[in-house]
Amino acid sequence: MIFRRILLRLLQAIPTLAGVAILVFVLVRVVPGDPVAMMIPPGADADVVARLYAQYGLDKPILTQFGLWAAAAAHGDFGMSISLRQGVTGLIFSRLPATLELVAFAATVAVVLGGALAVFGIRHAGRFGEGAVDAVTGFVLSVPDFLWGLAFIVAFGVLVPLFPISGRNDPSQALGLASDFILTESFFRLRWGVTADILAHMTMPAIALALPLGAMIARVLKSSLAEQMAQDYALLSRVKGFSRWHVIVAEALRNAAIPTVSLTGVQLTFLVGGTVLIEKIFSYPGIGSLAIDAVVNRDLPLIQGLILTFAVLFILINLLLDLSYAMLDPRLRHA
Amino acid sequence: MSGAALDITNLSVAIRRGPTLLHGVSLHVAPGEVHGLVGMSGAGKSMVGRCLLGILPARVGITGGSIRFAGQELVGLNERDRRRAGAQLALIPQDPLSALNPSRRIVSQMTDVMRLRLGLTQSEATARALAMLHEVHIRDPEGVLHRYPHELSGGMRQRVLIATAFACEPKLIVADEPTTALDVTVQKQILRLIRDLQRSHQTSLLFVTHDLGVVAKICNSVTVLNAGRVVEQAPVAEMFAAPKDPYTQALFAATPRYDQPGGVVA
Repeated sequence: MIFRRILLRLLQAIPTLAGVAILVFVLVRVVPGDPVAMMIPPGADADVVARLYAQYGLDKPILTQFGLWAAAAAHGDFGMSISLRQGVTGLIFSRLPATLELVAFAATVAVVLGGALAVFGIRHAGRFGEGAVDAVTGFVLSVPDFLWGLAFIVAFGVLVPLFPISGRNDPSQALGLASDFILTESFFRLRWGVTADILAHMTMPAIALALPLGAMIARVLKSSLAEQMAQDYALLSRVKGFSRWHVIVAEALRNAAIPTVSLTGVQLTFLVGGTVLIEKIFSYPGIGSLAIDAVVNRDLPLIQGLILTFAVLFILINLLLDLSYAMLDPRLRHA
Repeated sequence: MSGAALDITNLSVAIRRGPTLLHGVSLHVAPGEVHGLVGMSGAGKSMVGRCLLGILPARVGITGGSIRFAGQELVGLNERDRRRAGAQLALIPQDPLSALNPSRRIVSQMTDVMRLRLGLTQSEATARALAMLHEVHIRDPEGVLHRYPHELSGGMRQRVLIATAFACEPKLIVADEPTTALDVTVQKQILRLIRDLQRSHQTSLLFVTHDLGVVAKICNSVTVLNAGRVVEQAPVAEMFAAPKDPYTQALFAATPRYDQPGGVVA
C-alpha cells in the first residue's frame, strides 16, 4: 500500500521535472548573457567564436538543442560544464553530499531549536516565558538567513574566533575517506576528530540557515500546541495526575506536529534554496556555491543540471513529509 | 472502597485582573452521594469542577474559600502536592470525542493512569483495563483496547472514559455533562451505567449538568448556581416538589414537558 503511494508520487514527479527542464532550458537562453563570451578574451577571432558555438551546440535552433540535451539527460548525461570543462553529472554528484549534509544538519538544528522554543513557550503560557519566545522568534524571523551568516562571520569568526569561517574541513588534514559524505563517513569510521572539524565548519552556515526555519517552526508548533492543550484529552491527562511537561511532550506534541510538518515541508525547500547564498558566503563546497558560479559564468549545462537537482530535492523532501503524516496520524493510516 | 466527603466553603474564583466567576460558592457532598450541580451555561458549574480537579484555565485563579476533600485542604497546595491529592479524584468529561487522544490507542490511554496512580505494571494495568471494559458492557473489549479513538462510536468512547474514571477506585468523580454530547438513546444507557457503577463502587459523584431531568434520575441532592452564586441547595425530592428560589422555578418552567405540550419556554 505504502509502496504504491511512493511509486505513484514518483511517477507524478516526472511531468514536474520535465516542466522544470523546459522552463530552465528556455529561460537561460532568453536572459542576456553569453557563455562563449565569458570564456574568451575580448576581441577574439570570429572563427574561434563560431567554433566554440558549434562545439557546445549553441549554433543550432533551440528546439534541436533541447532535443539533444533531453535525449542525453534521459541517459544521465547532462553534458559538459562550459566553465569547468567537466561532466555536469559528475560535478553535481561530487558536490551534492556537502549540501545534503549541510541541509540535514541545519534542518535538525531548526527542528530541535523550534521544538524546544515552542514547548518552553507553552509550558510558560500566559507568563513571561511565552512573551519572550514570541519576541525572540519575531526578531529571528525578521532577519534573512544570509544576514545571519554575515553577522556570525563578524561575531564568531572575526571578533571572537570560535568557528572557522570558510570551507568544509581543515585542508591541512588528509581525509582519506571513500565517499563525499565526509561528515557521515568520518563519524561511522570513528574518526571523530575529523567529524568535529567538519561540524565546526558547518556550525555557522547551518545555524544561519536554521534560524529562520527554526523560528517559523516555533511559531506554528506553539500555536498548534496551544490548541491541543485546550483539548479535553490534555485536561483529562492532568486530572489523571500527569505533569504539564508530560502532557505537552507525551500527549499534545504528536498531534500538534501534524500541521507543523506540512509547513516545515514548504519551508525546508526555502532552506535548500538558502544554501545558494549561504554556501557562497562561507565558501562551502556544495551545489549552492556551484550554482552561483554557474550563473556568473553563464554555464548553461551546469545551470540546467543544478536546477533539476534542486527540483528533485524539493520533490523528495515533500514525498518524505507526505509519508510522515501517515506515521503521525493514525486516522490517515487507513485512509 | 467508599466515597469521601467533599466540603467546598465560600469558594471564590476570578479571572486575573478581570471579572469574578464564582462568588462564595459552598456545597457539601456526603460520602457515596450523587450531588447535582445545575445552572445554565456560564453559571460557573464547570468552574467548580475544575477548581476541585486543579485544572483552572491559565488566567483564572482561586481568590478565596476552601475545598476540603477526604480530610485534606486542596486550596493553596503546590502543584506537586495538588497532583498527589488528585489520586482520589477522577473526571468523566463532556465531549468523548476530544477527551481521547486521537494518536494513542485506547489501551495506553486507560493504563497510563493506573500505572501512575496504582503503581501497576503494564500487563497488570492492561488486565484491569480489560476488566473495566467488561464492567461498562462494551462490545468486544479485547478489540476495543487495541483500537484508536476514531475507530469507536461516541457511546463507546464515553464508556471507555467512564471505565478509565472508575479504574483507579477514586473516592469522588466529577461528571461534567457526560451525556450532553451523545444522542438521546445513548444518553439514557450512559446515565444508567454511571449510576450503577457509582453504586457498586460506592463512589461520591459531583454531577454537573444543565438538565433537570438527568438530576431527577441520578442525584440525591442538588445545588443550583446562577451567575456564580448558589441560589438553592436541597435534597432532590424536596426541590422537585417545591422549588423555593425564583431562578430555580424559572429553570423548571424552562424544561419542556411532554404532558403539557405547547408550553411557553421561558
